[in-house]
Amino acid sequence: MEPIRHVAGRAIPFGRKNVDTDVIIPAHWLKTITREGLGRGAFEAVRKEPGNVFDDPEFAGAPVLIAGDNFGCGSSREHAAWALLDMGVTCVIAPSFSDIFASNAFKNGILAVVLPQEQVERLLDVAKTDPIDIDLESQTVTTRFQDRFRFEIDPFRKHCLLNGLDEVGLTMMQGDRIGAHEQRANAEFPFLAQATRAAA
Amino acid sequence: MSSTPRTLYDKIWDAHVVDSRDDGTSLIYIDRHIVHEVTSPQAFEALRVSGRKVRRPDLTIAVPDHNLPTTARLDAAGQRIPIADPESSQQLAALARNAPEFGIRYIGDTDAEQGIVHVIGPEQGFSLPGATIVCGDSHTACHGGLGALAFGIGTSEVEHVLATQTLLLKQSKTMEVRVEGELNPGVTPKDLILHIIGVVGTAGGTGHVIEYRGPVFERMSVEGRLTVCNMSIEAGARAGLIAPDETTFAYVKGRPYAPKGADWDKAVAWWKSLATDPGAKFDKSVVINAADIEPTVTWGTSPEDVVGIGGTVPAPESFADPSKQDAARVSLAYMGLEPGTRMTDIEVQNVFIGSCTNSRIEDIRAAAAVLRGRKKADNVKWAIVVPGSGLVKAQAEAEGLDRIIIEAGLEWREPGCSACLAMNPDKVPAGERCASTSNRNFTGRQGPGARTHLVSPAMAAAAAVTGRLTDVRELVDVAAA
Repeated sequence: MEPIRHVAGRAIPFGRKNVDTDVIIPAHWLKTITREGLGRGAFEAVRKEPGNVFDDPEFAGAPVLIAGDNFGCGSSREHAAWALLDMGVTCVIAPSFSDIFASNAFKNGILAVVLPQEQVERLLDVAKTDPIDIDLESQTVTTRFQDRFRFEIDPFRKHCLLNGLDEVGLTMMQGDRIGAHEQRANAEFPFLAQATRAAA
Repeated sequence: MSSTPRTLYDKIWDAHVVDSRDDGTSLIYIDRHIVHEVTSPQAFEALRVSGRKVRRPDLTIAVPDHNLPTTARLDAAGQRIPIADPESSQQLAALARNAPEFGIRYIGDTDAEQGIVHVIGPEQGFSLPGATIVCGDSHTACHGGLGALAFGIGTSEVEHVLATQTLLLKQSKTMEVRVEGELNPGVTPKDLILHIIGVVGTAGGTGHVIEYRGPVFERMSVEGRLTVCNMSIEAGARAGLIAPDETTFAYVKGRPYAPKGADWDKAVAWWKSLATDPGAKFDKSVVINAADIEPTVTWGTSPEDVVGIGGTVPAPESFADPSKQDAARVSLAYMGLEPGTRMTDIEVQNVFIGSCTNSRIEDIRAAAAVLRGRKKADNVKWAIVVPGSGLVKAQAEAEGLDRIIIEAGLEWREPGCSACLAMNPDKVPAGERCASTSNRNFTGRQGPGARTHLVSPAMAAAAAVTGRLTDVRELVDVAAA
């Protein structure tokens, strides 16, 4: 996973509320067996709307997306995160995210920044004409107009994002603890610890 | 800890903590993992690239469901009929290859047990009360109907579970949805959960696990409970739970993977201890009066856009929140609906009965009870009934339900996810409406431009018969049913 410390550049001022992952990447794009190339299908239905921000050359290759409340709700498809990465987006700013999307974003090195509604609205305004700067180390979003918004992030997620750490590898180092739990479960909850199918 | 009253969620969580960190995250053991073809190829690929194995292949099963056509899979000579869509075919082939390569039981597309992940988990007794259950699919919340902590995960998490049988999680907040009183006759678990989503909103449960409580759930069948918990994600909650009880134990007992002998007794004793303790605190509580609920339908493109069948399409201005007003305008334009239109005046051209929400035997029975002796309306061009598994299909056929469905002019199909998300050939044409027993009325969900109205199986059958959204209570004597 690519480490992420600082994201600076134009931000797509999308701002729509309750954008579900079916909107981010429709189901017919999910038939892939790799993680690449999904950017072409990103926001497909929105892109059919005249004057949409995604096809505005002004925002081509923008590394930041500014969204509305409850971004990424609905389906658990990680393809939504892969599609954003494939578009070049490495940071999404919104007043809130769905739990599953926030987790998928993190696991793919996308920084999901939660800011209060009024600050997001201010950034939507700035983004129309100017770049936005996000610094993970100091947990701040700044603009050239002296806006300076601090955001909160889980310390473990911050550590992993800053260092590009692979969570699977980190957990595998705890193999002994997992084994100890399995032994305990075998004694206490044998019916959960084993899944045995009766002979038909 | 034993002195502090705990919720059902807390108890399952506590039993599965492998390790806790100072920052509030815990490594949680996963008891059961179900894998399907759409969200797993990249996870298996990552394992292969890094030379990692599956830690507990015995706690994992794999089954294809999303891409499979629901038309016949074998020809008259018993040969497999090729799948026309090369991408679907490639994804299905990847699962059929990956599962055995990593030592995982693979239930193939023509096996009797094949079906939708969330139908076969409970059906096989693989999903158990008190278990932690995950699948790369947000409707995994479904298994919470058994009193399991079940939730959807992304592909990176699928990889994490395959490699370590654990997930790194932060404990969720808890939300109680308490339903007081009794449901009116003809009001089903689907109507109830649609109503609940309307009250809670699609983001209301974000960060929470919902526990559904009250006498309605105590009297509800396990299949009804699975329907309710299934759509917890539509209220923003990653998981929904209903305490396991005698109804649950009777459902689980004797299923292929269910515990046997002394293990069974030990299991039941533990399951009985899982119910939320008196005095346990929930972070949020919502109280709903069951008597307020009528058969419920959706009018918009968010599952929170619900209205009783006796109601009308709302005016965007009727919502207090300006952003909801905007969303409603976009929804109504997409849905081609005018405010004030009576829901029962809305014609449908398509009917879909199926999905992980409503494709179990009780759902097929409910639909057949309405269809019995009736015919599909002429304006309904496409109406399919898709059982949730091969075993549901066989049971329905043993009861003669397939004959009732076919005689009414509906199609009886092979099991799979089908038109719920239209990854297979089952799609609703652009601009047309579908009365659908699935779980999401999102823009384009059932096909580009498709207009979805979420309903219960009985209501979908009623719509098939009249050709418009219909109060099923006008067609059948629900008090006698």
